[in-house]
Amino acid sequence: MVIRIIKNFFKRIFADMFKKKKHVSLGFYGPPNAGKTSLANRICKDWTGEEIGKVSRVPHETRNVQFKEEVEIKYKGKTLTFKLVDTPGIATKIDYEDFMKFKMKKKQSQKRAKEATQGIIESIKWLDDMDAVVIVVDSTENPYSQVNVTIIGNLVARKIPVLIVANKIDLKKSNIKKCESAFPDYDVVGISAKYGKNMEEFYESLFNLAKQAS
Amino acid sequence: MAKRTKIRGLTLQFLPYAEIENLDSTERIKKLLEIILKNKVIILQGRLKADEETRLIEDTMVLVGNIKGFKGIELAVISPNPEERSIFSRMKHGLANALVGQTDALTIIGPAAVIKEMKKDPKKLEIMMSGK
Repeated sequence: MVIRIIKNFFKRIFADMFKKKKHVSLGFYGPPNAGKTSLANRICKDWTGEEIGKVSRVPHETRNVQFKEEVEIKYKGKTLTFKLVDTPGIATKIDYEDFMKFKMKKKQSQKRAKEATQGIIESIKWLDDMDAVVIVVDSTENPYSQVNVTIIGNLVARKIPVLIVANKIDLKKSNIKKCESAFPDYDVVGISAKYGKNMEEFYESLFNLAKQAS
Repeated sequence: MAKRTKIRGLTLQFLPYAEIENLDSTERIKKLLEIILKNKVIILQGRLKADEETRLIEDTMVLVGNIKGFKGIELAVISPNPEERSIFSRMKHGLANALVGQTDALTIIGPAAVIKEMKKDPKKLEIMMSGK
């Protein structure tokens, strides 16, 4: 009995010492059109030269979870390997007529709406597989939306570390202060994924986030 | 462009926390969605658990794909700001929340066909109605 306890104790100690996470599964979550794919593309382009997915001004462009494995990111002499998981935007309603405002035909809009509902369900299912999550919000929009609160609440309940990215700081209407006051318990980084603005600070926060995940 | 229906009246259904307290998550979501499908707006005392909120979104999306004319829901939770309370009050409410759930919050859920948008900030909640 005593021998077994001692054996288990050392086993645990050594397992922790040599346990090295192969990669960090990093999810990009948030409402539609916040810039999740733009940010994931920016990171992928910076470190692999390839993009992860297509972006569009029409909401729900990403309707399937898309990945990029083995993305090696270097910051201040340290290297971390990520699996980037770009998810469809989470919303509580989908109206196909909204897509018709972007000059889409009725059938095409209805198809897009159906795929978007399935994408939202898929996004939620993937929450459990994340080691860390970047929540991308549009800094020109109201950050107090219930979708943001619900996603964060779920991540907290699952003990998954969170970083908030306030995207689109290149736009006049952007209000980072409002985003910061909406999420006082979290690190909020303002960036422009489209123009690569403030990515240095983003990578610093990303490495801090990865530390919490390991 | 399809026609939008005029809203003739608005029904707000108050749901005391006691009515969902003893239900499991599946039954809670089912009860809420049944009311929403009747085009009523729910004012729920308290709030759902985090995983129930996402479950509500998931089940809503399943219905959007399967019930003709159903576009989804609008959802907002309003709760007192804990930072505005004294330490003693925060402890008291923390204990009460752990024992009986967060009953000092209010959850407003409505069908997207009735509620166009809910704009929330720390001090107020604005509800914009659908229809012309």
